[in-house]
This record gives sequence, C-alpha cells and structure tokens, in this order.
Amino acid sequence: MSRRRVLPGLHLSLGITLFYVAFIVALPLGALIFKAASLGPEDYWRIVSSPRAVASYRVTVLCALGATAFNLVFGMALAWVLVRYRFPGRRLVDAIVDLPFALPTAVAGIALTALFAQNGWFGSALAPLGITVAYTPLGIIVAMIFTSLPFIVRTVQPVLEDLDPALEEAAQTLGGSDGAIFMRIILPLLAPALLAGVSLSFARSLGEFGAIIFIAGNQPFETEITALLAFIRLEEYDYQAAAAIASVLLITAFVMLAVTNLIQARALRYMDRSRS
Amino acid sequence: MKIRLDNVVKTFDTFRAVHGVSLDIESGELVALLGPSGSGKTTILRMVAGLEFADGGHIYFGEQDATDIPVRDRGVGFVFQHYALFPQMTVAGNIAFGMKVSRVKRSAAEIDARVTELLRLVRLEGLGDRFPNQISGGQRQRVALARALAVDPKVLLLDEPFGALDANVRRDLRRWLREIHEQLGITTLFVTHDQEEALDLADRVVILDQGRIVQQGTPEDVCRNPNSAFVMKFLGDANQLAVEVSSGKALVGQAELDAVNFPDGPANVYLRPRDLDWSSDAPGIAATVMRVIDKPDGRRILARTAGGDNLELDVAPEIEARAGDEGFVRVHRAKVFPSVPG
Repeated sequence: MSRRRVLPGLHLSLGITLFYVAFIVALPLGALIFKAASLGPEDYWRIVSSPRAVASYRVTVLCALGATAFNLVFGMALAWVLVRYRFPGRRLVDAIVDLPFALPTAVAGIALTALFAQNGWFGSALAPLGITVAYTPLGIIVAMIFTSLPFIVRTVQPVLEDLDPALEEAAQTLGGSDGAIFMRIILPLLAPALLAGVSLSFARSLGEFGAIIFIAGNQPFETEITALLAFIRLEEYDYQAAAAIASVLLITAFVMLAVTNLIQARALRYMDRSRS
Repeated sequence: MKIRLDNVVKTFDTFRAVHGVSLDIESGELVALLGPSGSGKTTILRMVAGLEFADGGHIYFGEQDATDIPVRDRGVGFVFQHYALFPQMTVAGNIAFGMKVSRVKRSAAEIDARVTELLRLVRLEGLGDRFPNQISGGQRQRVALARALAVDPKVLLLDEPFGALDANVRRDLRRWLREIHEQLGITTLFVTHDQEEALDLADRVVILDQGRIVQQGTPEDVCRNPNSAFVMKFLGDANQLAVEVSSGKALVGQAELDAVNFPDGPANVYLRPRDLDWSSDAPGIAATVMRVIDKPDGRRILARTAGGDNLELDVAPEIEARAGDEGFVRVHRAKVFPSVPG
C-alpha cells in the first residue's frame, strides 16, 4: 500500500464497502447457513430432499425459467422499442417499466389475482378458451413475470442506446440482411447485458414470495413454491427446517449468479486489451 | 464503374443539406469531396452509398439508376470515419463478414483464402485473430478498408478516412491508399475537410460549400485557378485586402495589379503568403513588421500596412527582419475577386 495512488479515498471507500457487505448482506445470510448447519447432515438431507420440498423446487425453478424466458423476449422487445422509436407517451411507458420495483409485491399479487380469477377481467375472458391462470402454475409464472420484468429492460436499454449506428450501417453496406445483422451484430453485442438481466430476473423469480402466494393457490406438490414452504416451517416454529429449505434457494441463486458472471467475463473477452 | 449524380437534393427536417448537386465520376477515378463542415459532403457520400435516400434527383451507377436501390444491394464498399469495426469479431471475422452474409455462397476454405489475401494487401498478416480493441488506429483503418474490399465493391466510399489518426500515420496511409487504388483501379470517392489530404491523394477535387459544388478540377486546376474567394481561402492561407478597381487595374499601396475584365469599383485582392516578399527598399506596399515566426523551411512575417491591414508573408530564411522594422511588401502574384457583400 506504499504505492502512490492518483484516486483519493481508497481506504475510506473500501472500508465502507466491506462494512456494508459484511453487515447488511453477509451476516444475515451467514446466520441462515449457521442455523441450517446446526441440523447435522442426515437431518439436513432428510428435510431438503423430502418429496414436498423437491416438488416445491420443481415448481419454483420451472416457473422461474418460464417467466425469465418470457421476460427475455418481451423485455428485450420493450427495451428495443423504447430506445429505437420516438412515439407519444414513450416517457410514460419508460417510467411504467419501473413500477413493479416500487409496488409492494403483495399488492401486485392481489391485483393480479383479482384480474385472473374466474370472474376477473382476464380470467373471465380466458375461461372459455379453457385457460385457468389463478391458482395454477401459470399464475405463479404471471406473478414472476410481473415482478422481474424491469431487470431485463433496464440492463439491455443502456447497451442498446450506446450501440453505434455505424455498426449496423457497415453491416448493411456489406450486404447483411436485417436478420443477419440482428443475429451476428446486435445480439452478440447485447448478449452480456441480456445474460446479466436474465440472471437477475431468474434470481428474483426464485426468491419472489409476496406476489405469488396470493395467485398460486399454494397446493403442496402442485403450486407450492419453495419460499412458501420455508415460511410454513417458520410458522410451525421449526426454524432449522425453514433455514435448511431457504439455504437451498440461497445456494442455487449464488451458484447461478457466479456461473453467469463467469460466462459474462468470457463473452466480453474482446474488450480485453492485454494482448495489444 | 462510372457514377453520375444528377441534380441530387437532400433536406433534413428544415435544413437543406444538399442543393441540386450534379457530378460525374469516371470509372477508376479517385475523387475527393472537399468542404468545411456542414457543406453536405458526407451527406452526398451517404446518398451514393444508399445510407440516405435523395429527396430529388438521380444517382446512376453506370447506366443503371441506383437512386432507389437499397444499400445492401448497391455493392458499395464504405469505410466509416471511426471504422465501425465489429468489436466482438476478430480482424479476420470482420473481413469475412460480408462474404459470410452474402447471397453468393462461398466455402469456408474460399473465405479463409480471401481473408488471407486481403490481410496481405493491407499489410496486416498475422493479426487476423486479434480483436479490433487490440490494434492501433492505423491498423483498424486498414482492417476497415480490407473489410470493404472483401465483397468486391463496384465503388469504394471513404468518409474522412484519416480524420482520427495522427499526422505521421495519416501521411503514410495516404500514400499507401493511393498505391492500393492504382493497384486495384476501383472507382473511389472520399470525403475530407483537409485540403492537403484532398490535393495529395485525389485525381480530381470537388469543392463544396453550403450544399453546392463551387469548383471542381484537378488539384492543379483548383490551386492555380480558384474561381472564387471561397475556394481561394479554403485551399490555403490567403491575405485579403480591400481595393478599388479602375480601368482594369487594382491599386494596392503603390503596387498596381491586373484586374482585367473587372468592373470599376470596390473589390478584394487575395495574396498567398508565399507570393509576397519583404524588402527594405521600395517599390512595394509600405508596412511595419509586427512579429516574425521562424519555421524549419522559412520565416513568416506578420506585418501591418500603412493603411492598417494585416499581411502575412512567407519569406526565405535569409531575410533579415525583426519586430518594428519598416519596409516594403513586394507582390509576386495575386487574385482579385469581387467583394462579397456583408
């Protein structure tokens, strides 16, 4: 640390960062792991591999995948429209995208349930088609889509805004069709941002609770998500079991974020100047 | 491929960028579009490429009316000002792009062979697997050229090709581009705001001002016979003096200049610093030295005439002068143009 630095404030900012990460993020998560670890391996394994828990993982992960896939396509489309076109009300749409962040998720859940219930606006329209959303896995997906949509829009939007129009023009002069330009130029350049958005959106969907429990129906083995199962164990004062189930969610999210970070670093290797 | 622009017009919202420009470019010719910023030169280039559509007039490639042919079918090679290399592709990937997306199917081996050949042409052998971020500005420029040439364009278009490079690299690349042009014989049109670049590189220079062609010709033509005060001033440093013309003569100080076929009345005379000389004896325009700037190839004298006009002179290094000296400016050559109102 004896080297002289141009930027001031390293020690202060590093201290604040470490403090923040340790006390606000790591400590609660550490307590969770500690609680779960007090179970002993056999009990831990029995709890996390019980048929009801496994069914909840399946429901949670599959619904999160479905919601993320939907958001990937429509989030990107929304970002594209907001960046590329000028239309009346664009700013309003832009502001509305952030609303799922601001709205209490329970409120969102109640609103979605009212809409998709048998006698709700959407529910009554979908019923003749034989589609039931409320109290089915489809309802879980809808709630997840709602709460995680902003992630993909907001990660893709700035990258799209910074995309040099000359790149697309260059590809056009070289004879590239719109499809080829999208697949070979735009999509690869957006890929790191898309990946970041997807991983955030997926992680958010894994952990979502408030919006889902109102619309899901919460039938064990059918529409019971992992976060709810952990909550049920809490209400039964079985803190260790709750921590064990929650730790599975935590580890899944952590591994997924770590893997996407690695992939992202690899996807951005062209930014690396070390070989010049 | 011969290119012909016939009365081409382009308006952006309320701003008319190009006013009825007509221009013929012969097959194999290297032509510079030269003008200050806002003169419409880049817009003209982009219309030839098909990146902008003309609001009026026609653009012909050979006998074919290309005005409405979309850019991807126009068969032009375009080198962008900041190169627009695809950052996520290697140098070889960039060069191969046009061949890969082409409707003409080529085998991978064929594409590889062509990429190798182009890398050799632009003298970047061995850099094929670098990313654009890992090479220098001059190298990126050559990659952009190789990429544009890969699709065998009928016309090569370059937008400020050397604008982003430092002076030494510019000069080398200029000479090199001229060699490539002679080797390939491809019709080439480039845009620049730098007169030195245009005169150095082009067979023919087209000078634009406010969306109109003001003069075109060989570098010799435009340098020796500028047809307006704008061209005179744009091509190089020029002193400007207000004069009075009477019976075919303009009087500057005690010196008389020919102003044949000029109506009597006020006019401007333009004098290149090189065309002036300094002497302590008459005849000439009486003046006082204000400052002397020494350069490797001579001296520049900043002088003020008795009438209060400032003159700049480029003189031989042996000429003795220092601030405060009084003497005379001798005029070897000058151009007289009507004084522009305002």
